[in-house]
Amino acid sequence: MTKIVVDPITRIEGHLRIEAEVSGGRIVDAWSSSTMFRGIEKILQGRDPRDAWYFTQRFCGVCTTVHSIASIRAVENALNIKIPPNAELIRNIIMGIQNVQDHVIHFYHLHALDWVDITSALKADPARTASLAASVSDWPLNSPTYFRGVQEKLKAFVAKGRLGPFANGYWGHSAMKLPPEANLMATAHYLEALEWQKDVIKIHAILGSKNPHPQTFLVGGMAIPVDPDSQNALNADKLAEISRLLKKAQEFVEKVYIPDLLAVASFYKEWAGIGGGVGNYLSYGEFPDPASGKLFFPPGIVLGKDLSKVYPVDHKKIAEYVDHSWYEYSGGQGKGAHPWDGETEAKYTGPKPPYQSLDTERKYSWVKSPRYEERPMEVGPLAKLLVAFASGHQETKDAVTLVLKHLNVGPEALFSTLGRTGARGLDCLITARQLPKWLGQLEDNIVKGDLRIHSQEKWDPSSWPSEAAGYGWHEAPRGALGHWIRIKDKEILNYQAVVPSTWNASPRDHKGQRGPYEEALIGTPIADPNRPVEILRTIHSFDPCLACAVHVLDATGNEIIRVQVK
Amino acid sequence: MGNNEYGDDPVSAEQYFSFSQQLAERGVSRRDFMKFCSAMSAALALPVTFVPKIAQALDEVKRPTLVWLEYQSCTGDTEALLRAASPTVAEIVLDILSVDYAETIMTAAGHLAEANLDKVVKEEKGKYIAVVEGAIPLKDGGIYCCVGGRTAVDRATEVCGGAFATIAVGTCASFGGIPAAAPNPTGAVGVKEAVPGATVLNLPGCPLNADNLTATIVHFLLFKKLPATDSFGRPLFAYGKRIHDNCERRPHFDAGQYVEKWGDEGHRKGFCLYHMGCKGPETYHNCPTQRYNEKTGWPVGSGHGCAGCSEPMFWDRMTPLYRRLPTVPGFGIEATADKIGLGLAVGTAAIFAGHGVISAIRGEEKMEGKKREDLIHDKDRR
Repeated sequence: MTKIVVDPITRIEGHLRIEAEVSGGRIVDAWSSSTMFRGIEKILQGRDPRDAWYFTQRFCGVCTTVHSIASIRAVENALNIKIPPNAELIRNIIMGIQNVQDHVIHFYHLHALDWVDITSALKADPARTASLAASVSDWPLNSPTYFRGVQEKLKAFVAKGRLGPFANGYWGHSAMKLPPEANLMATAHYLEALEWQKDVIKIHAILGSKNPHPQTFLVGGMAIPVDPDSQNALNADKLAEISRLLKKAQEFVEKVYIPDLLAVASFYKEWAGIGGGVGNYLSYGEFPDPASGKLFFPPGIVLGKDLSKVYPVDHKKIAEYVDHSWYEYSGGQGKGAHPWDGETEAKYTGPKPPYQSLDTERKYSWVKSPRYEERPMEVGPLAKLLVAFASGHQETKDAVTLVLKHLNVGPEALFSTLGRTGARGLDCLITARQLPKWLGQLEDNIVKGDLRIHSQEKWDPSSWPSEAAGYGWHEAPRGALGHWIRIKDKEILNYQAVVPSTWNASPRDHKGQRGPYEEALIGTPIADPNRPVEILRTIHSFDPCLACAVHVLDATGNEIIRVQVK
Repeated sequence: MGNNEYGDDPVSAEQYFSFSQQLAERGVSRRDFMKFCSAMSAALALPVTFVPKIAQALDEVKRPTLVWLEYQSCTGDTEALLRAASPTVAEIVLDILSVDYAETIMTAAGHLAEANLDKVVKEEKGKYIAVVEGAIPLKDGGIYCCVGGRTAVDRATEVCGGAFATIAVGTCASFGGIPAAAPNPTGAVGVKEAVPGATVLNLPGCPLNADNLTATIVHFLLFKKLPATDSFGRPLFAYGKRIHDNCERRPHFDAGQYVEKWGDEGHRKGFCLYHMGCKGPETYHNCPTQRYNEKTGWPVGSGHGCAGCSEPMFWDRMTPLYRRLPTVPGFGIEATADKIGLGLAVGTAAIFAGHGVISAIRGEEKMEGKKREDLIHDKDRR
């Protein structure tokens, strides 16, 4: 039995540590720990609910829009505010392009180097690379000259003697399976995607001033004015630029990302049988139609990998446990708390740093353990697509069927590390194709003379009831995200977020059930315990985002008494 | 990888080289390079005559090492760096700096990653640049942020203490930022406070504008020293003037033309956002001129007020976000913006007398509260 510790897990957002036991070349047990805590929800208490989005946006600078969206939805839900169609459509465009850009960055810049060996690319034949690329896509840059250029840049970089962020990578590892030409193709697109992501996300700067952390969200609407006759508002000029960038986004996803994904996957098919995880999937659904309110991706739950049934989501069935997390409940261990009624005091009981290993028998993480009817749930693009697929969502069915056929595998291949990585690509593709439709709807609205971007009603806190409670859901790039808020006397009484990585990175619960990361690692092969790249493959397939995942709330403690003093 | 002409010897790797030649190898023309130098010159607020000097300084530069540490952060500053303007060349500048440790982008994980950092600290003492993103918690022995089993404060003391200089990127690393907002549950502070012995330059902003980081590095290469700063350690070239002084909407402020409701005619026409809570009059930052995402936009330009994000403790001092700043000098030192508004626009005055006064009074109540530092702030303002 060998114990492996990987801390820090790099190429993620935030601070994550994985401890694993290996026996006979496979992982037999695993523990997921977050080692950073800020307590932003505690900081929110007593503040103006209209400010909450700006604070919660700082949960994460990678998925930089998602906590703003969930927050304004929570406050709008609590105060029963309806937003105008333009605001809904602008939000859809902002969320959609975030989703598309985030997934591409994840694939190339955070995940690819688990599968792609850059050093092998040095040995590739540029002409054969070009024919490989041409066989999967008609992307115009796929020429021998282009790939030779990239290879020469790479050689020049290596010759300088400093590998910078690529030093000590998993080069030449026995788990690396791609031929040199596929490695060169992926490396070239790694560099190209770096340029592309910077361009397409300018949509956030046009609609919301900047990215990361666009500054445009408002309870009740959006702050970007719409007026075709003004140079200080969203006008025809800016809409045309957004349209151009959306085309660019879609083209790259269709002609580069998806072909690369399929090409890489075809060399790693054994990973369709590794990394299955807990087998329960939760999605909140997303992209409301402004007229009907119906969501483009349907919400739902799939249990025990059974795609014949989809269950509705009831937020009251969510509870968080802290039996293995560094918090205390006044009522003792073993009980869960709903986000509205939760109670937590941070209490670190781990080893004194510097430490070698955590006490995994007891408490070992700053992440709590959310459970749905006491079940651990996986969230993310795979959950979103499984729920949509099982619900008969046409766009999803078409995309999933096409890929399964291409790789010549059955639907059971979806429940795996490769399935997770593949589902992210398909989610990206479906969303990239949908985005121009929302822009079209927005343009139609403006043509009709509807310039409203804010509801105006209930902006003034004097119009609010003395007490209110609400929740806001958002199907973020990393999965089901929920914010819960209680408002009293125009101030935040309690705020709680249960975010995708809280679900996925959670430690064991009151029943000892492993969280999704932990469960997915069981059975993962480890060729070299000193260079455990296989752990990164499965963990990165979830796209961890740890700064988001760690919170504290306080519904009944002293802080509340302070708030009530007026 | 290992198969290179210098091997792993860090000394031989620190060769002098021509920057523009290096760029040419990477397919960047001399013309693009000079364009980048002009952009940097503008960012640094230098006269045009400095353009050739910047080019020369970059051409003569050694290849310093940079390590990027993340603590209580949201990774927004790393993301900002990925969106840097003058992109191709700026990226290469950072690439050429040899980024030997950066958790978000580096390939290696766990002990393999930490070994890279250990190597820099040991072998390049006093020569490397440390960049820190995120606050550092001090409460309870620093256990609220650990990397590789060590606390952030322990590791930062070692790494920043041995650096030539440390650049704190973003408001969290500069001043503690959001984790340090009241009631500061983890005792979070900025780098300078956590590692008093280190030489720290602050580049606040939420996130920072990556152009300001690039400009800082170029400034260092050009003048062989760190740029002049204000009392908060912020370089004057980027934080020397208030948002309000350079704001494109300033003429509307002076004319008493304000946005009063989201989406109203004034909002659509680009009027001043002061009545919607804009903190531009109290905030020192070059957003109006430098803008974001290759100069595509900035908050006020897109219709939302400034949040004051480059100011120390703005999370407590500048909130509520939509509360109007109490007194902003207008044309004369005794006149406030509201008085100008009252004098020049009767409609504005009527609205001010309604909703505006109520929220201002509520704001005053808040300022008495023990958890906010508004009183200190008022003192500063006077």
